[in-house]
Amino acid sequence: MSADVDVLRSLLRAEELRGSLDHCVKCTICETQCPVSNVSPLFPGPKYAGPQAERYRVADQPSAEWSVDYCSGCGICTQVCPQGVKIAEINAQARNKLKREHGVPLRDRIITRPTWLGRAATPVAPLANLSLRLRPVRILGEKILKVHRDAATPGFAGWRFSRWARKRTSPRTGRKVVYFHNCGTEYYEPWEGQKVVQILEHNGFEVVVPKQDCCGLPLQSSGLFDDARKVVLRLARALAQHVHDEDTIIVGNATSCTLMLKREAREILGLEHDPYLKLVSERTYDICELLLELHDRGELKTDFRPVEEHIAYHAPCQQQGHWVGKPALDLFALIPGLQVSEMTARCCGIAGTYGLKAEKYDIAMNVGRSLFDQIAASGASEVACDSETCRWQITHATQCKSVHPIDYLHRAYGLDG
Amino acid sequence: MGLRSELHFDAVVIGGGTAGLIAATRLAEGGASVSVLAKGVGSTHLAPGTVDVLGYAPERVEEPGRAVAELAAARPDHPYALIGLDAIGESLAWFAEQVAEGPLPGYRYVGSLERNHLLPTAVGAMRPSTLVPETMAAGDLRSGEPICVVGSRMLRDFHAALCAANLARAGIEARSVEVAFEVDRADQSSLGLARRFDDAAWRAAFAAQLGSLLKPGERVGLPAVLGLADPHGVWSDLRERLGRAVFEIPTLPPSVPGIRLFELLRSALRRNGGRLVLGSEVTGAERADGRVVAVIGHASGRDVRYVASSFVLATGGFGSGAIELGSDWVTRDTVLGLPLRGEPAAGEPRFVPEYLAEQPMSRVGVAVDGQLRAEGAENVAVAGAALPGAVPWRELSGEGIAVASGYRAASTLLSTAAAGAAA
Repeated sequence: MSADVDVLRSLLRAEELRGSLDHCVKCTICETQCPVSNVSPLFPGPKYAGPQAERYRVADQPSAEWSVDYCSGCGICTQVCPQGVKIAEINAQARNKLKREHGVPLRDRIITRPTWLGRAATPVAPLANLSLRLRPVRILGEKILKVHRDAATPGFAGWRFSRWARKRTSPRTGRKVVYFHNCGTEYYEPWEGQKVVQILEHNGFEVVVPKQDCCGLPLQSSGLFDDARKVVLRLARALAQHVHDEDTIIVGNATSCTLMLKREAREILGLEHDPYLKLVSERTYDICELLLELHDRGELKTDFRPVEEHIAYHAPCQQQGHWVGKPALDLFALIPGLQVSEMTARCCGIAGTYGLKAEKYDIAMNVGRSLFDQIAASGASEVACDSETCRWQITHATQCKSVHPIDYLHRAYGLDG
Repeated sequence: MGLRSELHFDAVVIGGGTAGLIAATRLAEGGASVSVLAKGVGSTHLAPGTVDVLGYAPERVEEPGRAVAELAAARPDHPYALIGLDAIGESLAWFAEQVAEGPLPGYRYVGSLERNHLLPTAVGAMRPSTLVPETMAAGDLRSGEPICVVGSRMLRDFHAALCAANLARAGIEARSVEVAFEVDRADQSSLGLARRFDDAAWRAAFAAQLGSLLKPGERVGLPAVLGLADPHGVWSDLRERLGRAVFEIPTLPPSVPGIRLFELLRSALRRNGGRLVLGSEVTGAERADGRVVAVIGHASGRDVRYVASSFVLATGGFGSGAIELGSDWVTRDTVLGLPLRGEPAAGEPRFVPEYLAEQPMSRVGVAVDGQLRAEGAENVAVAGAALPGAVPWRELSGEGIAVASGYRAASTLLSTAAAGAAA
């Protein structure tokens, strides 16, 4: 009985999401902020593709047109809408409908599986990295897989964060925090995970690293909802096992993946009724959000050494989707010597896997242009950014080193040795 | 660790429109830690980006300072009566300074309470406006110089011929020309064109084409699309290339000067140390002993409790949904639930038949004292369209009230904080 009620509630929430389009007053504020429609005529904009076109989409009728596939899913439209219309979420569901009707390209089945790629490539990382840099390989990849030859691809680290974490024991302080490292940390940047653990331990936390896997965001953003549901529910169960009491929280450093757990999986994939996901959703923090809250309570150590550096900070779209402001900026303000230029351009263009796709690479680079120009104009030596795919895109486009905001806290704490 | 999701500030401002951003910037400048909670982007993107203090009272206003003083004397319930002429003047000067320090080099607002500008609208009506971007000022219709309004079939919603014909009907020497803007899409918006104007090469080609269509002695009225990144540079360059006065005419939304204004206000807030949380709707409030203690900001996964010693309610009125008239004919403040004022008395008409007439119901707003402090919540000040007593679209007073009341609300809270610290 109660399961039925939950399903019913979930259906109602989905209808509420779609129904929010009736609040659209056609003010065009979303259109002014959409990174994609402002640089490409292939996407007519969030208002047209969303609340307007949605009125003509009928569940059992074929989709009338393809343009919604060019929405990158950044979510800015929903964030800026003054009327509370769930524009990006409506568009994500329309994209899923397209994929169900027309099939999914092989490419989208492969690049949306970071775990498969990571597991396959890690043991042969030098070879994998070399081949990703070889022009003929990339051209072949573009021809066969439709992954753009110039798109930013990260290097495999050759070792996995979870192996490092498994071999050590976090000091038992009784203040436990569950660490959700994502696939980027696991296979590409395990050192970022080490920094997260060290910062949390420095602040008296005992860090629990459960066995875990992908959050399903790449699948979701490519419109593969059924696969995404399986993947995110598996992760939710894995994390929920470690939530023992009212005090347990989960923290992650990949801002798009924590957003997936907090909101997107529940809303876009229609999983409001899953109790594990609900629990995980309510307990998940982005790392900067958590550290700021600790500081607010007077519980964050502030034994910071000066970091004499001028950096640019770019808050990724998915970080903005947490709707908590820009906690990284508040944290930077605590570090002596650190000079920060806040970037106001909205999006770097990559949107997870969007900018990898051959037909979207140019759009993604044009989307990012104003950000790249701002970075260059700022004169900053490095770029801080909370999302790994955005960092790779920024470095690809600007040649500027780009790191997670916690890197500067790590250095200010003197944890970098 | 314990879930709390709670942050503390000296002041929390609810609403990210002009009034909210002004109040927050002024509070931050006064030394308060400030967070702005905004459900979305506010009306800046829809309005012309000018600061209209008072345009009609009810006849067209030439001298806004004098007219505001008369209005205040006649209507003690009007926001301007509570704020006072001196504070209005102070707020405008402060606003102009904040803009000048902003990220758009050379871009500034001109005008004063002495005299309104009289500017053309997109349909060629006349609009009295007080502080306007310098890029619009040369459009003043009291100057006798003939006007050439420039349009393009590529830009929907701006019809140069209609604008010029209506100006001519009002006795102003005006004509129109059409220019073929090169665009890559059928649905070109004013914003997309503004980005084109930021490109020097594109602009040069445009100016060359337009130059050949102009007659000696004409000034040039263009839709307000003269750049986003460097509008002062774009405007100056066009003046030089065309060798004559050039001015912008506000378009239908999206409003490029309004987007510039939002960026200027946001950067003023950041420069003074305030923070902006965009996308977080306030869904609840906690009250105790006649004060608001905290508000709940909606966030992904888990809402955040924002605790503060003072709050600014700058949520707008009926237009934004912050004030609501229910089917039971009861009006409410949907955000903090504060008492309202200005409802038509029993038996009085709530609405009148003419759509744009002075609708009695539209004067409803959150009840405040002489310092814009909310009745029933002594640590909440109210700013902008949430205030009662004004009919902004008839008076042309919306932005003037937003700037002046945002500034005044912040002053009230700052002086209370100072008094508290002294005690």
